[in-house]
Amino acid sequence: MMFSGILSKSNILIRNIATAGVLVLLAGIVMDMSGNPLFNINTRNMLVFDNFGLLFTAVAVGCTLVYFLLSAPDMEKVGNNLSDYLALIFFVLCGVAIAASFNTLLMLFLGIEIITIPLYILTGSDKRNLKSNEASLKYFLLGTFSTGLMLMGITLIYGAKGSFDMDIIALGTGPLTPMVTAGLLLLMFSMAFKVSAVPFHFWTPDVYDGAPTVFTSFMATIVKVAGFIAFIRLFKGSFGNMHSQWQLLIAIIAAATLLVGNVTAIFQQSVKRMLAYSSIAQAGFMMFALVALNSTAIEGIIYYAAAYSLSTIGVFAILIKMKDYTYEGFNGLGKNHPVLAATNTIFLLSLSGIPATAGFMAKFYMLSAAIQNGQVLWLVILGVICAAISVYYYFRVIQAMYFKEGEQQEVQTTLLFRWKLIGLAAFLIFLGIFPEWLINKLWYFI
Amino acid sequence: MIPVLLILIPLLSGFISFFMKGESAAKTWSLFSVIITLIISILGLTILNSPAQLMADAEWQPLLGSRFTVKLDGMGQLLCLLTAISFPLIFIATWFTRYDKPNNFYALMLLTQAGLMGVFLAQDALLFYFFWELALIPTYFLCSRWGGEKRIPVTFKFFIYTFVGSLMMLVGILYLYYQTPDHSFSIDAFYRLNIPYAQQSWVFWLFFIAFAVKMPVFPFHTWQPDAYEQSPTATTMVLSGIMVKMGVFAVLRWLVPVLPMAAWAWGDTVAMLAVIGMIYASLVAIRQDDLKRLVAYSSIAHIGLMCLAIFVPSQAGIQGVMIQMFAHGVNIIGLWIVVELIERQFKTRKISELGGIAQKAPMLTLLLVIVALANVSLPLTNAFVGEFLMFTGIFTSTASKYHMIFTAVAGISIILSAIYTLNMIQRVFYGNTNTVTSETRDIRFNESLALVIIIGLILSFGVYPKPMLELTQSVTDSILTKMAFKHP
Repeated sequence: MMFSGILSKSNILIRNIATAGVLVLLAGIVMDMSGNPLFNINTRNMLVFDNFGLLFTAVAVGCTLVYFLLSAPDMEKVGNNLSDYLALIFFVLCGVAIAASFNTLLMLFLGIEIITIPLYILTGSDKRNLKSNEASLKYFLLGTFSTGLMLMGITLIYGAKGSFDMDIIALGTGPLTPMVTAGLLLLMFSMAFKVSAVPFHFWTPDVYDGAPTVFTSFMATIVKVAGFIAFIRLFKGSFGNMHSQWQLLIAIIAAATLLVGNVTAIFQQSVKRMLAYSSIAQAGFMMFALVALNSTAIEGIIYYAAAYSLSTIGVFAILIKMKDYTYEGFNGLGKNHPVLAATNTIFLLSLSGIPATAGFMAKFYMLSAAIQNGQVLWLVILGVICAAISVYYYFRVIQAMYFKEGEQQEVQTTLLFRWKLIGLAAFLIFLGIFPEWLINKLWYFI
Repeated sequence: MIPVLLILIPLLSGFISFFMKGESAAKTWSLFSVIITLIISILGLTILNSPAQLMADAEWQPLLGSRFTVKLDGMGQLLCLLTAISFPLIFIATWFTRYDKPNNFYALMLLTQAGLMGVFLAQDALLFYFFWELALIPTYFLCSRWGGEKRIPVTFKFFIYTFVGSLMMLVGILYLYYQTPDHSFSIDAFYRLNIPYAQQSWVFWLFFIAFAVKMPVFPFHTWQPDAYEQSPTATTMVLSGIMVKMGVFAVLRWLVPVLPMAAWAWGDTVAMLAVIGMIYASLVAIRQDDLKRLVAYSSIAHIGLMCLAIFVPSQAGIQGVMIQMFAHGVNIIGLWIVVELIERQFKTRKISELGGIAQKAPMLTLLLVIVALANVSLPLTNAFVGEFLMFTGIFTSTASKYHMIFTAVAGISIILSAIYTLNMIQRVFYGNTNTVTSETRDIRFNESLALVIIIGLILSFGVYPKPMLELTQSVTDSILTKMAFKHP
């Protein structure tokens, strides 16, 4: 992919090669899941391609496919180096695959870094825009800091357990030694930074707001849920049997994330910034999976990843087309662009968790997992209240689109783009009514 | 088969209506669709009523243990019939009302109908929750898009209230789900549950808040008068005629039989809220100058009585609630039709600005008086049957120590309801005409048709309530058995 830019100057060709590449990847994963892999690489147990990892990789690649289909044409507007951007995104995908299937802490570190480093570049890719540069620098500084924390955590764990292997770390159920505790906490904090959980979220709004909108869409969805998958894999695999000792801490982080994300999102004037905070709020819901850590949670997190990513990609795809990112910019969209408005409504309904859309079943699984766990009913009630708060800011967009008159800005869309949006919306509703289509794949593959 | 059709027809024709061009096409199509639904509903009631035809069951989410189960029992029959009758009446009565983008308006109305049918039919908690929300979303768009001046904040308040309630209910449903031995959402599994009192108690409130917001019971009612006032009248009819019954219905199906112990223990508290609400709403209604708000408050008072009769339970009372649900739905739609007529003609709903309509529009007045008398439940009207049964039930109930007090206070609210209803008739229809009302014309054919049908229903069920009593008998028995209580 990296070299396709040298071979061809045609953006359309490059775009199609990228889409084809993702399709090939997806096909490979599906074959892998159905039990006839194309090739076997001995990873010496560093990576374990189990159902969970594979299915999530499939979800991530699928979401990227949708993302390419909807937003790839808009990447050209950022700068001249389309092939570079796409290559960076492929690097990220590679990192996602590693982060979803690691079995040693070294691979975790490698995966997370492969994800993050291209993102620093993508954030700053709008070279002439000061905000973009600022966001990139900010992200880089804070990101390296959290990477340092993670390395320190890994070292401490290594010191205590004598191995990077998760299976070995998971052995030994004795009381927590200070060294393990410190390592665990450092790992938890650095991962919380990656998924922008409160109180490690301060970089998120600025970076998401500063980055070119096309790449924000990618960062806020696929990258973020990949962070979650790594998070849950790490903590289930290595520290699963100490769950009761760190559950409360994670629950508090989840509660804080929910509250801060939702309450701050209310006060935003720009839809893009609102989506940044909403991504924090949604992260709070995904933390439920870590809090509960049972089979419902495992099913749920993959489903949540798919539902949240697809809905957010949809909203962003429409947002990119707008010139004015404030709520007022959406005024009157329902009248002038009924298809955009209708599909956007479905994406927003899905984000706010209204039944018959995928977002509802996602929240349903998270709440269900937490109730099944039984320890954290207070968190469930808080989650419910926050879900109601989130309706407020998602519906403001809907209200602007349908119920307010406004000077309509020029919005250029192609017929194909509109059909893609309709397809995505229909798929979200399908997922919302038959969630088991996806979840079944976790247990038995075709 | 019948229940599936009842949901599918409005759902599909609703989606088709989105793509229709032209006002009359969408309108005719919707009327056609709701009449088909009505016919199917009547068929289900009369000819095709073997148990196999009244039930449908299909695999939905096997991993979760949720099935697509829909069934028509006596209470479901009654409410589905109400839904099926109301929509044609509403469409006929508002035939000449013009809407911006009529195809979307009618499509959303039909989707609402599908959601309502689903709520009354679902036998699976997750399915029930799906439909519960599905009925809400189109209503939200209807009110916000075609409502009055303050529609956006008002409808939003309504939406947030009910949404919070629904989510509470979801938590409750999930909790009960994990208590069932085989992890199932089916209603029978819920009925078999035996939960200790301490847990029942807080789950009860999770459910009750959701239903109380919908009904609405004091103090969860504040969204209601505003929402009724600001919504387009056709939607107000759906809201007050059918949607509030969702709350009452849900209490009878999903709350009282599932959590009987908590229903006993908290019965007096809820009954007290209901009684306070009745008196409060009646007093406010007396002071109202706006016709829509008057009807809205009167609706709160009526619903309060139903809530009271459920939580001070007895055989007669619960049967009365079911009959009254149907009767109140029909009657209040009649009242809204008249309000709509007045508003469209005079561009005002202020009682103080109107007067003397009877001189110009005798037909309208006659029809209104009958509907209004039904609203104060005079004998020979259908509401009388329901309210009489409810009062008998509350009075003879052995469930509450305070049943005498409840009966007495509820009786006062009936007197108050006569005051505000008759007062309204007197000031709007009698007296001298003024500048606003001097040009009054009598009602059009379509409006009188709808009103005559309503009056037909009022009188026929008022004089001969036996079919309704038979229909609701077995459901009432089974509810009371599940509450482990049967009144001699």
